[in-house]
Amino acid sequence: MTISLLTFYLFSAVILLSSLMVISAKNPVHSVLFLILSFLNAAGIFVILHAEFLAMILIIVYVGAVAVLFLFVVMMLDIKSSISKENILQYMPIGLLVGLVFIAELVIVLINTKLDLTSIQILSNPMSNFVGQSNTEAIGSVLYTNYILYFQLSGIILLVAMIGSIVLTLREREGVKRQIISEQLERRGKIDLVDVKSGEGIDV
Amino acid sequence: MLELNQFLILSALLFAIGVIGIFLNRKNVIIILMSIEIILLSVNINLVSFSYFLNDLTGQIFSLFVLTVAAAEAAIGLAILVIYNRNAGSIEIEKINALKG
Repeated sequence: MTISLLTFYLFSAVILLSSLMVISAKNPVHSVLFLILSFLNAAGIFVILHAEFLAMILIIVYVGAVAVLFLFVVMMLDIKSSISKENILQYMPIGLLVGLVFIAELVIVLINTKLDLTSIQILSNPMSNFVGQSNTEAIGSVLYTNYILYFQLSGIILLVAMIGSIVLTLREREGVKRQIISEQLERRGKIDLVDVKSGEGIDV
Repeated sequence: MLELNQFLILSALLFAIGVIGIFLNRKNVIIILMSIEIILLSVNINLVSFSYFLNDLTGQIFSLFVLTVAAAEAAIGLAILVIYNRNAGSIEIEKINALKG
């Protein structure tokens, strides 16, 4: 039990420190890399919580797709980091005020209350239904039956996002030489294919 | 022994860091998008920890859908950022004032 406690504290310390670095780093590339570190440690937290499938999905989707997309955009846009110091300090008081009030409220409430989860009896998908199955099997057996509509709706959301980002970033450029397949195929009538006997040649 | 409150406090701190990041950031819009990703991560930690301590799978399913929406949001947000940078030549927040807000 102490080992899981220690790993929890390690992972959460790294998550918090790296997310602080995400919002405070000067170079956006460093921010993205700290974001990746934060996601990896969140995957560790998920493993502690016996949600192995979500941990792996977090690594694949967030680190493999979203963070790399961020990195790609940061490097493509070539942002100049020419921001003076007083600009940052201008919004420091209100930001810290909002943040500290938020932290204080949540932490005070969470420390002082002991949540009694044993009184909750209505569970829609209790783990006891999936004894002997892995986490992935359990998620699959629920996701493809009870939540199939939501699953397909999330597929539609991803499709809309894909079409939207393609439509947004597509642009027609002038003066670019492209392969026009229909014109290539139209040349067929203008070309003769002739069988040439060997050794005789052909008059052109 | 791990308790639910520890995970909830971790998630609350992460959420607050994300909110502070949105307020404090004056450099560019990309950091704001990353702060939103941090906030969604904290929500996911919250859902998964409740799923573990309640012995119920629903939280993990919901977390999966949050992940899907986060991926879609990041893709569209970055696409908007790219065309904004192409049109305006900059994504600094101070210079985004076309609406005079």
